[in-house]
Amino acid sequence: MALSTQHSAPRYHPNRLGLIGWLAGGRWGIERYVYTLHRITGLGILSYFLLHIFVTATRALGQNWWEGAMARVDHRVFHIGEFLVFAAFAFHAANGIRLVLIELGWAVGKPEEPVYPYRTSLNVQRPLLAAMMILAAILIALGGWDFISLPHGH
Amino acid sequence: MRETKFWTWHILAGAVVLVLLGLHMIVMHMGSIVGLLNPAGGEPIAWANVLARSRMVGLVAVYILLLGAALYHGLYGLRTILLEMGPGAALQKAINVLFWIGGLSLFVIGTLAAIVAAR
Repeated sequence: MALSTQHSAPRYHPNRLGLIGWLAGGRWGIERYVYTLHRITGLGILSYFLLHIFVTATRALGQNWWEGAMARVDHRVFHIGEFLVFAAFAFHAANGIRLVLIELGWAVGKPEEPVYPYRTSLNVQRPLLAAMMILAAILIALGGWDFISLPHGH
Repeated sequence: MRETKFWTWHILAGAVVLVLLGLHMIVMHMGSIVGLLNPAGGEPIAWANVLARSRMVGLVAVYILLLGAALYHGLYGLRTILLEMGPGAALQKAINVLFWIGGLSLFVIGTLAAIVAAR
């Protein structure tokens, strides 16, 4: 049987894995899971932010409205949620700096001759990833200290 | 080309959010450590502190800038995730229109609240 020599590129490439691809698409390195966490924290921050716009807008209506709104969210569940948003921001920001440094080509290393033992751009990117995760952990610890030290609701 | 511009704005908005939301987080969540912009002392959400911050013109401008940058960065990120799922052309257009209208509406609500609270 003769092989066809006509190869037409498909016009449309469906995203076959969908959301599953965020976690289970193959043998990925830690960067892929950091990418997934970046998206999850981004969605979490956005959800909080959209609600936050309406809650904080009550300050324009006066003290009673503001204190009423704050009383409604003065609950341990909301305080824990608030800390999680802070932690998500710390991670998202630190990882975002890393992504921009890589996007702009400042953190991928210089091209080198392929001499054994081989060095790849990961030799630059992995230490940057570790540094950014340490930065995020320090920020989360500081925010956690503030969270514990302030009086909270029931 | 237009998508490249949107992506560049996404990165620039992210940089603005990093600085301004960082400041907001320091004020609101590290109050017991740094005590920044909380003139009445105590919790940052106490009405006296909220009122004092609301009347600082520079801070109001910073919050409006943060609102715009955060809305753009966040909604563009969500739009990217949705478009990655491979919706058809009509749905893509609907997502774009919905996000522009929703984003601008939220920006107007937040800006009006900041301006009214400053008076």
